[in-house]
Amino acid sequence: MRISIDPSLCQGHGRCYDLAPDLFGEDGEGYATLLVPGGEVPAGEEDDARLAADNCPEAAVLVYEETVAGDGVVGEAAP
Amino acid sequence: MTVDDRFAAGADALRADPALSTFSEVVTGPVTDWATDFSHTAEEWAQDAIGIWDDLRQRCPIAHTERFGGAWLPTRYEDVAAVAYDTEHFSSRAIIASNVRPPRSLAPVGTAPPISSDPPFHHDARTLLLPAFTRTAVSRYEESTRAFCHSLVDALAGRDVVDAAADYAQHVPVRVMADLLGFPPEDGPRFRHFVENALEGIDLPPEERLARSSHLFEYLLVQIRDHLEHPREDLTGHLLQAELYGRRLEPAHVAGTMALLLIAGIDTTWSAIGASLWHLAGHPDDRRRLVAEPELRATAVEEFLRAYAPVTMARLVTEDLTWRGVQMKAEDWVLLSFPAANRDPARFERADEVLVDRQVNRHAAFGLGIHRCVGSHLARMELRVALDVWLDRVPEFTLADPDAVRWSTGQIRGPRTLPVRIG
Repeated sequence: MRISIDPSLCQGHGRCYDLAPDLFGEDGEGYATLLVPGGEVPAGEEDDARLAADNCPEAAVLVYEETVAGDGVVGEAAP
Repeated sequence: MTVDDRFAAGADALRADPALSTFSEVVTGPVTDWATDFSHTAEEWAQDAIGIWDDLRQRCPIAHTERFGGAWLPTRYEDVAAVAYDTEHFSSRAIIASNVRPPRSLAPVGTAPPISSDPPFHHDARTLLLPAFTRTAVSRYEESTRAFCHSLVDALAGRDVVDAAADYAQHVPVRVMADLLGFPPEDGPRFRHFVENALEGIDLPPEERLARSSHLFEYLLVQIRDHLEHPREDLTGHLLQAELYGRRLEPAHVAGTMALLLIAGIDTTWSAIGASLWHLAGHPDDRRRLVAEPELRATAVEEFLRAYAPVTMARLVTEDLTWRGVQMKAEDWVLLSFPAANRDPARFERADEVLVDRQVNRHAAFGLGIHRCVGSHLARMELRVALDVWLDRVPEFTLADPDAVRWSTGQIRGPRTLPVRIG
C-alpha cells in the first residue's frame, strides 16, 4: 500500500497526523507531510492509512491499494 | 530602535470609515416561511435550527430571505462545499451577515484578515498566523488549560445544579485567548461583551452596532500600546513585529487580526464545549461510555463537532449570477452553513444520529478550502481537555431542567444557558 498527500487540496486540518501519527506529520504551517519514505505503508499500518483518508475533509489523503495483476506486475488502484 | 508610530492615532484609525458602508433596512418580526423569509436571528432558529435545515434540505435546499438586504442559505453539503471553494464568486470581505456591508474597496484585505480576505492577499496574511497555530505550537497551552479547567470544576464544589455553559464552557476559551494574545486574564468578562456585540446584535440599528464595535477597538488600542511599551512574546507582539511585503503591517491589519482572534476564538469553542456537554447530559449511555472508555473521547469529539458544529460563515456574492438554479445578486449574503452540511444524509451515513464511535467522519466543522479555521488545532485541544477534565471530575450529570436550556441565535450556535445537575 502507498499513500500520498495532494498539496493542492491539503488545508492543514490535521486529521491524518492525529489519526495516523506514524505515517503523517505536520510542517511548520500545519500542512500534512509524509513520514514514510516513498509513501510506502509499513505492514500492519494499512488501517491507519485508510482511517486518515476516511477522515480528511478535503479528500487530500490518497491511498493506493496495491494489487497483484495476473502477469505479476504490481498495479495500483486509486482510492 | 525606532519608535513605532503606527498607533499614535485614535481607535477610529484602526477601522474602515463607517460612513463608507452600505446599510440595509432592518427587518424583524416572525418568519413567515423558512424557505423564502428565513432569519437566523429568530428564536425558532435557536430552538430548532437542525430541524429547520433538515426541512429545507428536502423541500428547498437553497433558501432565501429579503432580510439583511438579501441572503441565501444552502443546506446541502455539496452546495456549501461549492460556495466555500469558489472564492471568485463568493467573497469573504464580510463574514458576519448583518444589515451593514463594508465598502467593496476593502477587498481583498477586509476588516479582519485573513478571515475577511480574498486571494491572493489571503494567503500571505494567513501564512503570518499559521506557525502560531499548528498542533505542536498550541500544545504548549495544554497543561495550563487543563489546570484552569480543574480550577473551574473546583469552584463548582457544594452546588447541586450548575450552568455548564456559563460556569464552565465559556471560561475556557476566554482564558486561553487572553493567554495567547497577552491580555490581562481579569479582562475576560469584557471579552464576552465584545463577542456578543460582534455576533449576536445583528438586528440592532447599524449606528448602534458600529458604536459598540468601537469599544472593542478602543480596548485593542490600549493593549497594543501596552505591548509597544512592554514588548513580549505573544500573538499581539508577533503581529506588531510581523512584516508583509517588506513592511510592518498596516495598523488596521494588526487590530483587525487581533479582533478576529479574540472574537472567533471564544464564542466558537465555548459553543462546542457546551454542545458536547449538553449532548452527554441528555444521553446517559454515551456519557457512561466516555467515562469508562477515555480512549474513545477523541473520536467522540469529532462526532460532536460534526453533529453540533457551531460555526456558520457568510460570504458576499461578487456579481449577479445564476447559481444552481437560483438568481443571486451582487452583494447578496450567502450563509455558509457547515452545521447544515454536516447533517446532510447524502454525505453522512445516519446523519441525524450522534454516534460517538463514528469511524468515517469527513465533517466540515472547521470549514472547507482556503479559510479552514486557523485555530482548529487550538479549538480541538481546548475541547478535548475541557471534556476530559469534566468527565473525570463530574462523571454523573444530567439536564436539570431541559426547558431552561437556551441556545444562541446568529451564526455561532451553542447553548448559552445549560443547567445541569451534578450533585
